Amino acid sequence: MTADGVPILRVHNLETYYGPIQALHGISLEVPCGRIVTVLGANGAGKTTVLRTISGVITPERGQVQFAGRNIGKLSPDQVMRAGICHVPEGREVFPFLTVDENLRMGAYTRTDKDAIERDIQTCFDYFPILKTRATQRAGLLSGGEQQMLVISRALMGRPKLLLLDEPSLGLSPLLILQIFEIIRRINRDHGMSILLVEQNANIALQTADFGYVLEVGRVVISGDSAELLQREDIKEFYLGQRGTSARAAQRWKRKASWH
Amino acid sequence: MGNPRLVDPARLVQLTVSGASSGCIYGLIALGFVLVYKATEMVNFAQGEIMMLGGFTAYTLIAKAGLNYWLGAGLTVVIIAAFGFLLDLLVLRRLIGQKQFSVVMLTFGLASIFRAVAGMGWGYDPVGFVTPFTNKVVRVGGIVLSETSMSIIVGTVLLCTALYLFFARTRMGLAMQAASQNQLAAYYMGVPVKTVFSLVWAISAGIAAIAAVLLAPVAMVDVNMGLIGMNAFAGAVLGGFGSIPGAVIGGVVVGVVEQMAGYFLPAGFQETSANLVLLAVLIIYPQGLFGTLTRKRV
Ligand SMILES: Nc1ncnc2c1ncn2[C@@H]1O[C@H](COP(=O)(O)OP(=O)(O)OP(=O)(O)O)[C@@H](O)[C@H]1O
Ligand SMILES: [Mg+2]
Repeated sequence: MTADGVPILRVHNLETYYGPIQALHGISLEVPCGRIVTVLGANGAGKTTVLRTISGVITPERGQVQFAGRNIGKLSPDQVMRAGICHVPEGREVFPFLTVDENLRMGAYTRTDKDAIERDIQTCFDYFPILKTRATQRAGLLSGGEQQMLVISRALMGRPKLLLLDEPSLGLSPLLILQIFEIIRRINRDHGMSILLVEQNANIALQTADFGYVLEVGRVVISGDSAELLQREDIKEFYLGQRGTSARAAQRWKRKASWH
Repeated sequence: MGNPRLVDPARLVQLTVSGASSGCIYGLIALGFVLVYKATEMVNFAQGEIMMLGGFTAYTLIAKAGLNYWLGAGLTVVIIAAFGFLLDLLVLRRLIGQKQFSVVMLTFGLASIFRAVAGMGWGYDPVGFVTPFTNKVVRVGGIVLSETSMSIIVGTVLLCTALYLFFARTRMGLAMQAASQNQLAAYYMGVPVKTVFSLVWAISAGIAAIAAVLLAPVAMVDVNMGLIGMNAFAGAVLGGFGSIPGAVIGGVVVGVVEQMAGYFLPAGFQETSANLVLLAVLIIYPQGLFGTLTRKRV
């Protein structure tokens, strides 16, 4: 068991390529046990690539991924999952022709404790009551928001030590975003589950997380406690959509604009 | 019309039953096509040849080694299923991500290799073995039906029921469906997708072996028996190429059409009827009887 606050995930100097294109230029980050850490960044910054590299879909060219003291950089995605990491990918990857109930059971594929699986399905239904009423419906027929609830629940069914969430707010109404993030907080609180949360919605992500990293073009450019990041002028300006007035923010904007 | 044969109901029933029984064989081969296609998006044109290898294996075990029919049949299924598993593990897995065309050429190539190897090992003369159903008939209300036809139909129904229960009720069956629908998400659930796909190949090959054993009382085993794979392919396309019940029903329809064409139409139509069905479906109704318009995500 990893003690609270000690890093359960440690990513060091990760460099990942898509063919000849380098997507990550030496990323280092940590997730302390039992905490929520968020990774923010614009489109194409490399957030999804970080999660894919952690979960073994892409093998990094250089760098280490250490999970619970073990090097998992070379494992395949199913082995990473068995090591205790569940990945909720971008874009609600449900099994469209399986029912909601069957999707949840697939989440528990690696488990054999039948009674606990039934209890966990009930827990998911407690978190997201709408899923209970749709239990026998094909997942492909759910609304986008319901599918997002389903994929989060399905990952919970694997009882991970670390949950990877890729833009859970994508395409959801403001009210539903609040609900989903409330559940994310509850999952963290109730089960002490460590969470690595990738988001574009910096506001809600920083309000939910303990710690945050900001990526730009495959590099970590800012990191700090969420409360601290929420106060920073440049973050307010570019990620929270508030008008900043500081000279530094203007300078950053100029730099950013000149890239295009 | 005035054709007296049209109004002989007993004959019609016999034709339907014998058509349905050869159609069941097509349906089982078609099932093999569809299972592999759903999982890996590969069309395995060597499916008929895998059945042929099953026929020779059963012949060797039952006629040559003198094993009891049921034991020999069971052993055949196990051997051929293992063969299918290894075929994927050692050859086909390497083609994932390649063009459809490469896969088609490879499986056609494998089919002719299997024919050549079978010819070298077992010779080119047709062989056969005695089964508990050979040369027996059942009478249903004055209509004489061969017991072989009935054993094929009953065997197919039992096998399909077992497969249905496997896919709907077991953890591995569900994982196979899941991996077919969304490979990456299945990986994220901890499913060893590659191994699961090799098991799908094993099941398809095992089904082909069962088809060979069921077919043995009515047809001799020879190196070219796998060519009925093309009739099965027509059945799979008719069924929507992707639907499991569609594959079996499509195969049965092709079998019945074939018998009827042989009886009512001039000579030559029986042999080409499956191809005519294939052409007609592709031109008029390409989505097939049970085709879904929802494409799977890749
Ligand atoms: N399969 C791929 N092949 C080639 N390049 C890719 C691939 N996937 C991503 N990239 C590139 O890698 C970079 C990082 O992409 P990534 O998907 O990680 O961004 P992201 O931060 O998740 O963006 P978004 O917020 O839009 O999801 C981008 O420049 C992208 O074009
Ligand atoms: Mg992304």
